[in-house]
Parts: sequence; C-alpha cells; structure tokens
Amino acid sequence: MNFIQAFLNASPGAVSQGLLWGIMAIGVYLTYRILDVADLTVDGSLATGGAICVVLMRMGVNPWIALLCAFVAGAIAGMATGLLHTRCGIPAILSGILTQLALYSVNLRIMDGRANTAINANKYNLLVSQRYAQELSLDNPLLILVIFLAVLIALLYWFFGREYGCAMRATGANQNMARAQGINTKRVITIGLMLSNGIVAMAGGLIAQYQGAADVNMGRGAIVIGLAAVIIGEVLFSKAFRNFALKLVAVVIGAVIYYLVLQAVLLAGLDTNDLKLLTALIVALFLAVPYWKRAIPQKKTAGKEKEHA
Amino acid sequence: MLELKNVFKTFNAGTVNERIALQGVDLHLKEGEFVTVIGGNGAGKSTMLNCVAGVHSVEMGQIIVDGVDVTHLPEYRRAKYIGRVFQDPMMGTAATMQIEENLALAARRGKLRGLKAGISKAERENYREQLKILGLGLENRLTAKVGLLSGGQRQALTLLMATLRQPKLLLLDEHTAALDPKTAAKVLEVTERIVSANNLTTMMITHNMRDAIAYGNRLIMMHNGRIVVDVSGEEKKQLTVEQLLDLFSKASGSDEVNDKMLLS
Repeated sequence: MNFIQAFLNASPGAVSQGLLWGIMAIGVYLTYRILDVADLTVDGSLATGGAICVVLMRMGVNPWIALLCAFVAGAIAGMATGLLHTRCGIPAILSGILTQLALYSVNLRIMDGRANTAINANKYNLLVSQRYAQELSLDNPLLILVIFLAVLIALLYWFFGREYGCAMRATGANQNMARAQGINTKRVITIGLMLSNGIVAMAGGLIAQYQGAADVNMGRGAIVIGLAAVIIGEVLFSKAFRNFALKLVAVVIGAVIYYLVLQAVLLAGLDTNDLKLLTALIVALFLAVPYWKRAIPQKKTAGKEKEHA
Repeated sequence: MLELKNVFKTFNAGTVNERIALQGVDLHLKEGEFVTVIGGNGAGKSTMLNCVAGVHSVEMGQIIVDGVDVTHLPEYRRAKYIGRVFQDPMMGTAATMQIEENLALAARRGKLRGLKAGISKAERENYREQLKILGLGLENRLTAKVGLLSGGQRQALTLLMATLRQPKLLLLDEHTAALDPKTAAKVLEVTERIVSANNLTTMMITHNMRDAIAYGNRLIMMHNGRIVVDVSGEEKKQLTVEQLLDLFSKASGSDEVNDKMLLS
C-alpha cells in the first residue's frame, strides 16, 4: 500500500516531466521519423535552450520572449548540423555529435562559465515550476503544458499539410523522388533540423524553469529519452492513431508513460545512478524488436523450402 | 529540345577504378522526338541519362534543355524541365505518402513551395480523372499509401507524376526492367499513350531490342560511352532485330552481344 500511495503522490510530478519531455520528443520525432535522420544535436540544443532561457529571464526578460529566444538559438544549432551534413558531406549522426560537442562550450559561455545557473521560483515569474506540481491551482504546470502542447501540435499539423511541409515529408520518405520533383533536399533537411532543434531548445527552456536551474549537462542522453518516447508511443498507439496530430499525441503520451515507469522503478528501489543504463537497455530492446520480427519469419520460410527440396 | 555537346564523364578519376563512362557524346533531340536507347552493360546509357537529369555532373561538354544551359544546374532545379521514371519502382514515389499526396508533390514540380495547402479539393478531382487514364483502378484509392501498390502500379503512377506537369523532356531509365512481362507490356502501352497524347520529347533506355524497335521514332545504340548507331524515320520503322544486331557488331567492331539483349 505504501508503494501505491507514494506512486500516486509522485505521479503529478512525473506527468509534468513527461509532458515537458514530450515537447522534446516531438522535436526528435520530426527528425527521426519524418526526415529519417538520427539527430544527436538535441543533447546540446536542449541545454542551450535551458541556458538561454534562464540567463535571459535573470536579466528581466519576459519568460515567453526568453522561450522564443531559446527556439531561435536551438534553430541556429540545428542549422549548424544541417550545414555540416548537407554542405560538408559529413554523415548526419557525426554532424550532430560535432554540433553537440561544440554546444557544450557555447552553453558554458552563455552561462558565463558556470556549469549551472539557478532560477528561483520566488524571485522570477516562471511559466512552469516543480514547486506547484502537486497543487490544485492555476499555477500547476500541467495546465500550461497541456495548452502549450495543444498549440504546438496544432501548428505542426497545419505546417505538414502545407506545400513546404509535404516537401519535407517527401524528402524524408525518398530523397531521390523529392529531387526528381524539384525539391531542394539539402535545404529542406537543414530547415527540418532547425525546426526540430528549435522545439527541443524550447523544451529545454521549460525544463530548466521546471527544475529551477539550467545545467550544462541537462541534455545528456536526451536523444535516447526522446527516442524512448517516440517508440513507446508507436508501440502502444500505432494501430489506433493514424492521423498525424494523433501520432504526435502518442509521442507525448509515450514520454509520460516513460516518466511514470521511471517513477515506479525508482520507488521500487532502483539506484538513480543506474537510470541511464536502464533507459538505454529499454530503447535498444524496442529498436531491436521490429528487426527481429522481420528476421524470424524469413528463417521459417527458408526452413520450409529445405523440406521441399 | 535536348542537346548534348561533346559530353565526357569519368567515374573515380585518378584512381585505379577509373572508368570513362561517356567519351564525347553528341546528341540533338527535336521537339516531339521519342528516342529509344540500347546498348550493353556499361555502354553509358544510364550515365548519359543521369548526366542529363543532373544526378552526375560532367567533366566536359554542355547539356541544353529547351534552350537553357543546365550543365551546372543541380538536379532539383533541372526537375523544372525534366520528368523522370526510374528502373527501381521504389525510387520514383514516396511509399509512406498517399497516392494523391504523391501526385500533389509532382504537380508542384518546378514551382516555389510555400505555405499554401499541400493539396486542394479541385486538384483531387483532377487526379481522379488522370488516374483513370492508367486504367489500373487507382482512381478509387486516392488516399491509399503508395507503399501498398505493386511495382507495376508504382511505375505507372511515377509515369503519371512525371508527366502531370508537361515536361520539356521525359527520361525513362529502363522503367519496365523490374516488372514481369505482362505488367511491363501494360506500362509500356501506357507510356506510349501518354507520350503521344502530349507529344513529349522522350528518351527511353531499354534492354529489350524489340521494344527499342517497336516504340519511338528514333533509335540510338551506345557502346563504350559513345553513340554508335543512330537511326530514325522510315529506316527505324523497317528495322528488324537481326539488322540491329548486325549494325551493332559493325559499329562496335565485335560480335560480342550482350546476352540480355538477345534473350529479352
């Protein structure tokens, strides 16, 4: 009973965190599923967004403007990766790793050389804060996060139904076809990476506010958490959710489930230090399952052919 | 409509794998000409077509489409003038997108893409009509994912996409080679219908000598990166497979004839 009680007490916080990382996971979905690029920039751009947002807010900038600046900074990071990949011929994964590494220094610069910068909920008007995660009030982060996500998903749904959004989907689906239809695939990939990292940086800005500080390491392993959310969402809802907007909702639910499960295993006594190992194992497993599913039936038919011979 | 002037293309230049694929190709296609291209493996057929499409850049020479020098234009900008169908049925369409979405992408070939609707209601009706021309029943499956279609259906759809906005030049790269004979015949028949209805300037690579003779109003044969046979008009109409083989051995100076060319 104690466990259930503790879990229920902790779940509003876990759901808030899930929604925050759901925003981030939407950014990952855009590159990983739509553009078909595994973009590791996000580990850096998440922290960039957090750093920019916190530093600007400490300077007295309006939190929404600070969030917008985080988006722009993330987009610039995405552009760096995009240009390295499309104009310098560096494989996408390596381009992302390079930008991510460079961003570590950039993020330290943004925070004036410090590894973390705090932002206190008493002194600043935060959009979301962990402090109110359990409260039944308008300050509860759940409300603003749900609205934020609804607007974000609506905007993306609209965009991917436009000519340019369709061109982006085509580029991810088949670059040969896209070029043959006159689409500048290099530019489209770069803009896709900018959009994705802009969203991730906004998530970073919100996460920093939520936890009360921006940290230069806050993005470590972000790509894996994003992928976990994408995959959990797909495994559970791919049959039910066909519509693009619903697929994005599935990603967000995936992130929430990820944080609820995390909460449960932590309460069950798992060492926090082992968390990343567990996450990596789970994501690896989910990525491997579709591959195994394809491989196993082939073996069976091969066996049957032998019998006939 | 299409002009190739002394075009040279070398792969892996300066390495042990260096291979000269095109050695001074000159070709002039008039408007409405439908040329079939044959030749053995490595003769340079696909290389020539890909140089025209902009997949490969050329070392020397000039490529002019409809009076525009496209030699240094990237592939996506040449798409404004050129419609293409590939050998691999997977290559010409986006499998994860709907039939109508693929057509809508093709309808915007060469146009600036902005934030207007990706597909409009009026377009949908038009696509339904266009798909009827193919005679494959696709007009009732506008929202089906292209990945669900067979290879032949995908090639027919790619062909429709390539010609939806009238191209200055249509490039067909062995577009029936991956299909079974019955489907191949059907796709060729549709090709012929669309090309003649729109009077399209067309270049079609084929491995099949009979098809090369049966279709189009001009035939060229390539060997070692050069055009070695070029027949058109009455001469082309009267051509037989035996004569073609004869022309080939004379031009190439050998009896070596590709098995695939004979068998197909």
